[in-house]
Amino acid sequence: MTVAAADLIRQPASVLAAAISAGEVSSVEVTKAHLARIAEVDERVHAFLQVTAEAALESAQVVDAKRKTGAKLGSLAGVPIAVKDVLTMRGVPTTCGSKILEGWCPPYDSTVVSRLRAADMVILGKTNMDEFAMGSSTEHSAYGPTHNPWDLARIPGGSGGGSAAALAAFETPLSIGTDTGGSIRQPAAVTGTVGVKPTYGGVSRYGLVALASSLDQAGPCARSVLDAALLHSVIAGHDPRDSTSINAPVPDVVAAANRGDVRGLRIGLVKELSGEGYQAGVLQRFNEAVELLQGLGAEVVEVSCPHFDYALGAYYLILPSEASSNLARFDGMRYGLRVGDDGSNSVEQVMSLSREAGFGAEVKRRIMLGTYALSSGYYDAYYGQAQKVRTLITRDFNAAFEKADVLISPTAPTTAFKIGEKVDDPLAMYLNDIATIPVNLAGNCAMSLPVGLSPADGLPVGLQIMAPPMADDRLYLVGAALESALTDSWGHLLIEEVPDL
Amino acid sequence: MSNAQLTVPFDEAMTRYEPIIGLEVHVELGTNSKMFCSCATAFGAPPNTQVCPVCLGLPGSMPVLNKVAVESTIRIGLALNCEIATWCRFARKNYFYPDMPKDYQVSQYDEPLCTNGWLDVTVATDDGPQVVRVEIERVHMEEDTGKLTHAGGATGRIHGADYSLVDYNRAGIPLIEIVTKTVIGTGPLAPAVARAYVAELRDVMRALGVSDVRMEEGSLRCDVNLSLNEPGAGWGTRSETKNVNSLRSVERAVHSEIERQAGVLDGGGRVIQETRHFHEDTGRSTSGRSKEQAEDYRYFPEPDLVPIAPTRSWVEELRAELPEVPSVKRARLQSTWGINEFELATLVNAGAVELVESSIAAGVDPAAARKWWTGELLRVANERGVELADLPVTATQIARVESLIADGSLNDKLARQVFEGVLAGEGDVDVVIAQRGLAVVSDDGALLAAIDEALAAQPDVVEKIKSGKIQAAGAIVGAVMKTTKGQADAAKVRALLLDRLGVSE
Ligand SMILES: [Zn+2]
Repeated sequence: MTVAAADLIRQPASVLAAAISAGEVSSVEVTKAHLARIAEVDERVHAFLQVTAEAALESAQVVDAKRKTGAKLGSLAGVPIAVKDVLTMRGVPTTCGSKILEGWCPPYDSTVVSRLRAADMVILGKTNMDEFAMGSSTEHSAYGPTHNPWDLARIPGGSGGGSAAALAAFETPLSIGTDTGGSIRQPAAVTGTVGVKPTYGGVSRYGLVALASSLDQAGPCARSVLDAALLHSVIAGHDPRDSTSINAPVPDVVAAANRGDVRGLRIGLVKELSGEGYQAGVLQRFNEAVELLQGLGAEVVEVSCPHFDYALGAYYLILPSEASSNLARFDGMRYGLRVGDDGSNSVEQVMSLSREAGFGAEVKRRIMLGTYALSSGYYDAYYGQAQKVRTLITRDFNAAFEKADVLISPTAPTTAFKIGEKVDDPLAMYLNDIATIPVNLAGNCAMSLPVGLSPADGLPVGLQIMAPPMADDRLYLVGAALESALTDSWGHLLIEEVPDL
Repeated sequence: MSNAQLTVPFDEAMTRYEPIIGLEVHVELGTNSKMFCSCATAFGAPPNTQVCPVCLGLPGSMPVLNKVAVESTIRIGLALNCEIATWCRFARKNYFYPDMPKDYQVSQYDEPLCTNGWLDVTVATDDGPQVVRVEIERVHMEEDTGKLTHAGGATGRIHGADYSLVDYNRAGIPLIEIVTKTVIGTGPLAPAVARAYVAELRDVMRALGVSDVRMEEGSLRCDVNLSLNEPGAGWGTRSETKNVNSLRSVERAVHSEIERQAGVLDGGGRVIQETRHFHEDTGRSTSGRSKEQAEDYRYFPEPDLVPIAPTRSWVEELRAELPEVPSVKRARLQSTWGINEFELATLVNAGAVELVESSIAAGVDPAAARKWWTGELLRVANERGVELADLPVTATQIARVESLIADGSLNDKLARQVFEGVLAGEGDVDVVIAQRGLAVVSDDGALLAAIDEALAAQPDVVEKIKSGKIQAAGAIVGAVMKTTKGQADAAKVRALLLDRLGVSE
């Protein structure tokens, strides 16, 4: 196959990288193809908040020039990528989907962005998200919702709906997401793409605008397991700028993705992450995938994680508590929106007016929850108790991983819902993350990959694989095997079935 | 507000009340880089030039703990006889203020690095020096805030200012806070104990080399908590006086707060739990923020940092390397210098121990070194309202002056003038001598001319001397000293004039 002749935007990143490195196609051509696609469809999808076309083409030229000198290129050199607008990038507005940061241009690159640059990747722009990553639908972006390419009337998941939708709309072959309670995995599930939340501390948080510091983790979003692995290996690894970063070798995720084998592996079905509350279509595709894994030689066991039932409650205390503190700095004093500075208001009033005008309702809701939970007299009953639940959930995982090498569950209880359907019902919205939250609380790693379309509505269903901390390679070993078997049965990746825009 | 008329004189207050004090001292560590980033910490740099995304608290930035700051804190804890935690964490102290880039301060809350220590201090009493043990509750680390300057407005506070400027150079400089347990039973010595404690702490910091502890640059700041115990009525409500930025002020703050609270209580009033601001100029404090409704800082463990878990072997290594603590050192100096406790206490209270020591190291005779530092130089320091150590005079300069006295080029009076010039910034010792023309007149010819002139002017005195009343020579010596503007060696003048008159003693 000559890639130049093919439809560049539909190629996997691995194929593009090989073609660029072999000189079959230039990075500039690949980049232009994606910029053209963005220009063509993003008005309808609204995956991007910023398209940095000029800078992208410049980087592409640099890569092409570098290749001509015979210099060794990285595994993803010249391949375009989109970055969730919660990671800083020098000189490019970083809004976190909020009005309060409108126009703020960070003077520094996040470590993730530095590593993308160091790997000669081409950054196309910044993707849309729920404001400060609070949400499961991207409807809470102050800059308008992102639409799901499978059905533009539906949500692309959240908070990283932009990064997922951009993949499903073929606007980019790769993107970066961040996952605090499912913000990479749930969008991947509802857009038929692959998303990985690495082990906490596996990818540097330096430059990731914090929502909940003890839960946040950046990770790769892709259309295939191998592509995700390639990106994972580019961004992961110890960073002295992040004290919580793990100083240990990154598991060989690329080798695992290339191997894709579940023979002899024990796969645990988490009893608490199934059944009531999960759509029948979701469960049907999930159960078929379980049978498929068994057929591939895996041993399927049932495990129980009784404290997962309390995960959502603990999460909605820990997250708002940390967020209320992390978001305090947005006070109109140093950067971003400032309201009421007309000489008639005190500094406290200007802070208050700026925050009143700059934050959306969901952000305010969580700041108030967190402020309350940390208040003296309430701390022990709320934050303290939530931390205890967190410990119990970690113990549940540890016990489960004694019985199984990986755990699986549906990623999300439902397929993509309609835009507007749950936006006024926070609890219904929060329930979207019921299966993804335990992993954030325990700090281990998980992947979501597509396992078919729900027979009920024809929309993608995601399966979640969970592995112990620093065993991220197991996600790829299982994910690649399952993806390969599914692709064999369909004759193509599921994403090929996304309707034309 | 006429606080003044409500106060009760100190001695009278002491007859009815027992002061209970607690001291919170903040010390800026002298690390080369800030607590959580690699920015420089030099004092006096142009505003906002020693900043980066981390200490500006820019979105996405993350702290990385400075190991030297931890090491310094452990060393301080060890020098203060504290227990060193095996595991502890930072916490976030949440409150909104524009001098805080993140609107929270990274501090330590219920898990301080050092706890349960003590420091012995010596105060002078009528019965001689008395040692008081001040117990230390905790020593913990935190980051400093930025510095606000308010322009316009009457109060110099943020409220009412036309605008305010923030300098974040100071933001993120490592601070340690040393908190005492309540100090009780000191009675009328309370002000002196407070001062001696802060002075001792300062000396410990200097001995450890962990801070330059310059109070006027804010690298050592003290908050004084004080309440009065009325025997039989229990402990009173405490106030917290901030802004106490010199040793003298520590003493005055305790003194004046005792007088104020006694006045309130005597008047049947209630002491309010509040923050008070101390004013160097008046020596009194004014009411600040009321703490009746305690501020809720919503502390929780800082999730961006990992716990500090100093290994026992590291702690023991640091303990083994601790320098001599000031109290031990003073005992040694006392015997080396051959001085009594009172003389030593004078040196300590003047903050002169290290200065005398370095002067001796520079070659000055121990007695002379003590004389200069606790005499003329201390007088000037008091006059200027500064610490002795902050006078612009060096040990080398004292050594130079002393060597000139020894070889007869200067006398005591001239030497004082030399220091006056040096302190006025006129230049180094020899420059001042040259410019002021201060050398002792040793040219015999010039002296003889002056002597002859004086002898001719006072023939009656000459007669007295010649008739054996040698003590009358003083009048001639005086006249010669006057003519030479004091630049002659009096003993030499006397010898020369007696020789001139052919009289021997
Ligand atoms: Zn800095």
